Amino acid sequence: MQKIDHHWQRFTLKQKLSRFTVYLFFIVALVLSVRTVEIIPEFFFDAPEQMVDLFSRMWPIDFAFYPISVHDAMIETLNIATLGTLFTLIFSIPLALMNASNIVASPWAHWIARFFLVSSRSVNSLVWALLFVAIFGPGVLAGVLAIAFRSVGFVGKLLSEALEEIDMGSVEALRATGAPWGAVMLKGYWPQVKPAFFSIVLFRWDINVRESAVLGLVGAGGIGVVLNDSMNLFQWQQVAMSLLAIFAVVVAAEVVVVNIRKRLI
Amino acid sequence: MSAAQRFLEVKGLKKEYVAGNPILKGVDFSIDSPGIVAIIGPSGTGKSTLLRCINRLIEPTAGQIIFDNSDVCLASGKVLRHLRRQVAMVFQEYNLVERLSVIENVLSGRLGYMTSWQAWRRNYLQSDINNAYELLAAVGLEEHANKRADSLSGGQRQRVGIARAVMQDPRIILADEPTSSLDPKTAVEIMELLEKFASEKNIPALVNMHDVKLAQRFAKRIIGMSNGHIVYDGAPEGITDEHLKKIYGGESWLD
Repeated sequence: MQKIDHHWQRFTLKQKLSRFTVYLFFIVALVLSVRTVEIIPEFFFDAPEQMVDLFSRMWPIDFAFYPISVHDAMIETLNIATLGTLFTLIFSIPLALMNASNIVASPWAHWIARFFLVSSRSVNSLVWALLFVAIFGPGVLAGVLAIAFRSVGFVGKLLSEALEEIDMGSVEALRATGAPWGAVMLKGYWPQVKPAFFSIVLFRWDINVRESAVLGLVGAGGIGVVLNDSMNLFQWQQVAMSLLAIFAVVVAAEVVVVNIRKRLI
Repeated sequence: MSAAQRFLEVKGLKKEYVAGNPILKGVDFSIDSPGIVAIIGPSGTGKSTLLRCINRLIEPTAGQIIFDNSDVCLASGKVLRHLRRQVAMVFQEYNLVERLSVIENVLSGRLGYMTSWQAWRRNYLQSDINNAYELLAAVGLEEHANKRADSLSGGQRQRVGIARAVMQDPRIILADEPTSSLDPKTAVEIMELLEKFASEKNIPALVNMHDVKLAQRFAKRIIGMSNGHIVYDGAPEGITDEHLKKIYGGESWLD
């Protein structure tokens, strides 16, 4: 019997070469970027000492500071995050509907919606905050608007993607009954997109709690202001208190979000 | 209206998804009596397209569809919605709103008669609610009224689909392969239900199907389609092997 040796290998020579080129490119890029960064060796090598020093200044945590400033600022931060998330819905829901190709067919509408969604996302919330502090002056309002404007892109994009993924069969069935547009939205789209909607909004709220903690650094209210003041005054024990409070709130927010989501789905 | 009531008339219906490549090449027929009319034909011959043109889920390219003394093809906006609520549709994949309860799926057959605001407030008329429960009982799903639609089996879902269609109080039922996803026994039960409602309401039911035997068993009239044309239109007894060869092509599948 004649035996044929089949020749098989995973990559052709051309593929091997191109893969090797990609590896080489990454290594060269890594070497080049390390050389550009210019790490100052003195600062780099005494980093462990500095860290120990910083932590020793932070200890013991100044718990007495909590009722004085941290508590109210923390509530303010939560208010900024929650109000900001609620304001976001006013803009992001219409934009998401406009951007979903199975709701609005016009490519013009998609481009307009996408323009707003992308511009919202391309600006960091700190930058939005700087902008609104300049317009409305320092305080909670600037923080709320910064959070709201940054979240529009996030919520709008994810919501429109969720809308595009729904089963159009039931929507078709409702249109066939002669239901008006609003009723098709309410009975066809909404029940299907509801779990995703709450999941997205809660996730964004969770992110916003963390982001609004930082907004105070540029004067947009909340715990960030307290944190910034303590740092400027080298009150490291107070800084530690603020950081601990932020950590506790973020963990609590996580627990709350996970539990609500479990019930919704 | 004349003595022989005309339920539906389709004249010269054409549909091209891609210009120059028609899927329906001029379809003419009219329905003058109630009961089940089966449309048989191979996959891809335009059976679903034909049904979806009748309630304008798909835009016809040319032709006329006369329903309730007006041309469906010319209707738009509110007029179209009012025509649609008299044309009920049953789907192969049931197309229920999976996350709503069974009773709400049945009630959604009334959405064409309600405003969006009423739909949001769930302000269904008491008579509609009573009617929905009666229909659920008629299809044998009374005890499932408050379950979510996605907890039902295929056959049960199709019963809900039919109840929703009848809930519209339609003047014609369109059924797009209502039994193709079901086992043979359930398929017969679903056809029996369609037959029952069609005769109770004294309306026609236009049913797309694959199963020639099932079509012959239930239909009063069979329309055979092939390649975008009607090639047979008449009594189920009149269908011969010659016709079937013409409709489906080949003959090895015939016994």
